[in-house]
Amino acid sequence: MADTIALEVTRYCPERDAEPSFQTFEAPLRKDWVVLDALNYIKDKVDGSLSFRWSCRMGICGSCGMMVNGEPKLTCATFLSNYAPGPIRVQPLQYFPVVRDLVIEMTDFLNKLKAVKPWIVRREEKPLSAGEYLQTPEQMDAYKQYSMCINCMLCYAACPVYGLEKHFKGPAVLALAQRYNKDSRDQGAGERTDLLSQEDGIWDCTFVGECTKVCPKNVDPAGAIQQYKLTATIEWFQSLLMPWGAK
Amino acid sequence: MPKRSNEPLLWSLFSAGGVVAAFLIPVHLFLFGVAFPLGWLPDPGYQRLLALVRHPLTRIYLFVLCSLPLFHWAHRFRYTLYDGLQIKHLNELIFTFCYGGAMAGTAAAGYLLWTIR
Repeated sequence: MADTIALEVTRYCPERDAEPSFQTFEAPLRKDWVVLDALNYIKDKVDGSLSFRWSCRMGICGSCGMMVNGEPKLTCATFLSNYAPGPIRVQPLQYFPVVRDLVIEMTDFLNKLKAVKPWIVRREEKPLSAGEYLQTPEQMDAYKQYSMCINCMLCYAACPVYGLEKHFKGPAVLALAQRYNKDSRDQGAGERTDLLSQEDGIWDCTFVGECTKVCPKNVDPAGAIQQYKLTATIEWFQSLLMPWGAK
Repeated sequence: MPKRSNEPLLWSLFSAGGVVAAFLIPVHLFLFGVAFPLGWLPDPGYQRLLALVRHPLTRIYLFVLCSLPLFHWAHRFRYTLYDGLQIKHLNELIFTFCYGGAMAGTAAAGYLLWTIR
């Protein structure tokens, strides 16, 4: 095995550059190194101006998502040796505006996330003295998979519909809405319906399925959206047949 | 209240059509395309099939078999044109062509099945 590997990294400073370009760096090709280790090596030893987000280095924080050879990946879980002899092309997550180099602008995602109320909504909170909200293992299984989402946005960079329709709520937001809809302690499904049932809620999704494929935490956003399409369709027919019924 | 979408109706036709197309059409293709011509199963013959088609339940079945997959096609093709060719600005035209086509096909199937004697 060669002892170094080349990384072609996107460099872009919107205030200065007309368009992004690539800069090639050599990094040690160590068996236990991931792409993020190579980026940190470059930042520490070669060019301190290289910008990228990272934090936990262990697939929990969801900060270090980037395009690695055109695929959305958590760079902390993507080994250099899998790409030997290289070069490895590292780009910011696609379909997002770029702040600088590999750092993307995520305000759009955060606004959409907040809009679906990703928290437990109660009509009335129990007083603390009444104790916990109990849940059986089966009730927990109904949503647990979706709760594994770490908001890394790889599914957005994988979703061709999000690439075309900027208003689309997108995979993670819809999966997280389902995470709370399916939670036996939650009573907010009705409040989320209007938002989810719109064109740019679930209906923009054409079930490409790439979101589920790239998810590093094995969440199935595509499945969540299809499930919700069925729920929304049943509600639609109910409100058509029984317009007097409460929403 | 934000405007609710009419997609549920179109999507339910799409899903139902997908189920029909995936589960029932292969049976017909197998029977009439392979098993009868190759003699794996005895050929029922034209007269017996015609008698079968004259039964109202068979007509309803064939009507569903023709109509729902057309709506499946319409929905799929509409989104293929939207996203594949990226011509969503021609929405009205595409919409009319796709679902109009499915409705025309449904009407033709209905007419033929109604008038068969």
